[in-house]
Amino acid sequence: MNSREKILQQVGQAQPPLVPLPDTPAAQTGKGSIEEFEKMLQAVGGRMLLADRNEDLGKKIASLFPQAKRKLSTILSLPDSLGEGGIPDPHSLEDLDLAILSTSLAVAENGAVWITQQETAGLRVLPFIAIHLVVVLDANDIVPTMLEAYEQIGSDNYPFGVFIAGPSKTADIEQSLVLGAHGPKSMTVILQSSS
Amino acid sequence: MLAKGDKHAELADIFNRDEKRVEWHDETLWWIRQKRDKAAWSLGENWEQLREQASQIKSHTLSRLAGYLQDFEASAIANGATVHWAANAEEHNEIVRSILAKHSISQIVKSKSMLTEECHLNDFLMANGIDVIDTDLGERIVQLAGEAPSHIVLPCIHWKKEEIGELFHKHLATPEGNADPSLLTQAARVHLRDKFLTRRGAITGVNFAIAETGELVVCTNEGNADMGAHLSDVHIACMGIEKLIPRRKDLAVFLRLLARSATGQPVTTYSSHFRRPQPGQELHIILVDNGRSRQLAKEDFRSSLKCIRCGACFNTCPVYRRSGGHSYHTAVAGPIGSILSPNLDMKDYADLPFASTLCGSCSNVCPVKIDIHEQLYKWRQVLTREGHSPASKTVAMKAMAFTLSKPGFFSLAGAWARRLMRWLPVMVKNKRNPWYKQRDMPEAPRQSFTEWYRKNRSTPKTN
Repeated sequence: MNSREKILQQVGQAQPPLVPLPDTPAAQTGKGSIEEFEKMLQAVGGRMLLADRNEDLGKKIASLFPQAKRKLSTILSLPDSLGEGGIPDPHSLEDLDLAILSTSLAVAENGAVWITQQETAGLRVLPFIAIHLVVVLDANDIVPTMLEAYEQIGSDNYPFGVFIAGPSKTADIEQSLVLGAHGPKSMTVILQSSS
Repeated sequence: MLAKGDKHAELADIFNRDEKRVEWHDETLWWIRQKRDKAAWSLGENWEQLREQASQIKSHTLSRLAGYLQDFEASAIANGATVHWAANAEEHNEIVRSILAKHSISQIVKSKSMLTEECHLNDFLMANGIDVIDTDLGERIVQLAGEAPSHIVLPCIHWKKEEIGELFHKHLATPEGNADPSLLTQAARVHLRDKFLTRRGAITGVNFAIAETGELVVCTNEGNADMGAHLSDVHIACMGIEKLIPRRKDLAVFLRLLARSATGQPVTTYSSHFRRPQPGQELHIILVDNGRSRQLAKEDFRSSLKCIRCGACFNTCPVYRRSGGHSYHTAVAGPIGSILSPNLDMKDYADLPFASTLCGSCSNVCPVKIDIHEQLYKWRQVLTREGHSPASKTVAMKAMAFTLSKPGFFSLAGAWARRLMRWLPVMVKNKRNPWYKQRDMPEAPRQSFTEWYRKNRSTPKTN
């Protein structure tokens, strides 16, 4: 008997009589509060900026990060986008100053945005390896809690997905919060709406 | 009674020699408990509802675990991952070694995995010529210091920043005397970034594994699990079999509870869902038993397998706060560790369920409603029945049971004890009396309550 069979047999014999799976509570209807999203995003070390849907995003982002030398965006309409040239080797991104992504799901209760392989155009390391991260979001894409978020995600076949809440951080040194542990040192969400 | 072999008490004694440090350790952890409270209360009545849901989802999962394990395996394989089964720590370690050997990988990065601590993976790999670098900042610190982590979420909570500064000066060439957390973290960032970029093998833990979709969820604040996994050729994910949950949407419950319980954050910075390996990359998932199926069979203790490793019980436990994780001499310390470890080795960990005041604070904060303090009590009974109680404790308990069950002998013993305490106080006011260590002994009363009552209250009857 190999380990797999042994484990399954032991578990099968050990497990108690079936306990029912509880019903999932009903999801809230309605959008998540922008104010709450911004408050929670700030609480986790990020910041939110508003932008009109007609605004020149490329210019806005460039003005936010004037020092950024190397940038990469997955938003095709923006400069420095991953359009031509195909996907670079992830290791070649080690000096990336700025990564710009867009997504269509964010969660008000914790300031998180949902990024899948699609939003990173296959470059999973992109939102982690850059020094600064910018995520563009529409105001209508905020849901109240994780319950609504997973409802929206549904059974999407993503190969990889991640909830990102603010910049990378650690408090391992005597509980002092430091931003930029291994991932980005800053995270900016640009919220588009028709103001 | 501090008996020989009461490891926790002996180690805690050593920890307690530095009173100021103990107070600092205690206050820091209590502060984290308070942050957890704020986060929990911010959800109002939802918090208790979430706890109940999480508890029921886990209880259900454990009652169908064999089926879910097979569901998970099938989904993961369909996703392109390779699934391995390890009956114990030795098999787990050997599987890791052989995967790395097959790819000629001799240097790896590892993000936090208490399971790999439990299996002593690092030591095994090092002995087999594979260099492991722990990339969680707290774990890297204790690794450089040659220690084990003292807390499952905050590995170096017992280190002061000046000490970390010294350590980094020695190993990472930071300026001598510098204890600035920002500077030290930046130094670690640079040092570890190089490892992420150059090492082809990455090991991660697993916070939750979804039976329905075969995906793994890894939660970090630093992003080190992702930096390692996405830049590697081989990603090995190690998980205990109890980490399964049935459906993807169940994550809504657990991800709302985990970080709030652990540190008071609404969610960890990264909650990464790994479903398929990247093109050109291999994803290996190792399912580990190592005593979990044995615990599952125990009606009194099986619910300890619901644990999501948040650490909330550590932060609230007065004994943990004032004795430190290393006093538990096991991978997972604190209250939950004290009900998990005796299952791994009853003799080695017999002291742990006794390292408790049974205050119940742990059960109160547990996000999945494990009745930790009740299991601590039940373990005491099991351990004593199995003969793992120190001899002196067994003798003392038997003497007490005898005395309390015989009213005549009880009165006599009490009368002589009061006399001896008055005439020869040194009999109790000495180093061998554990109650005298940090307390004053009370003044022995002149009479027992029964004697006083007979004299002052009762009417003469047939006594």
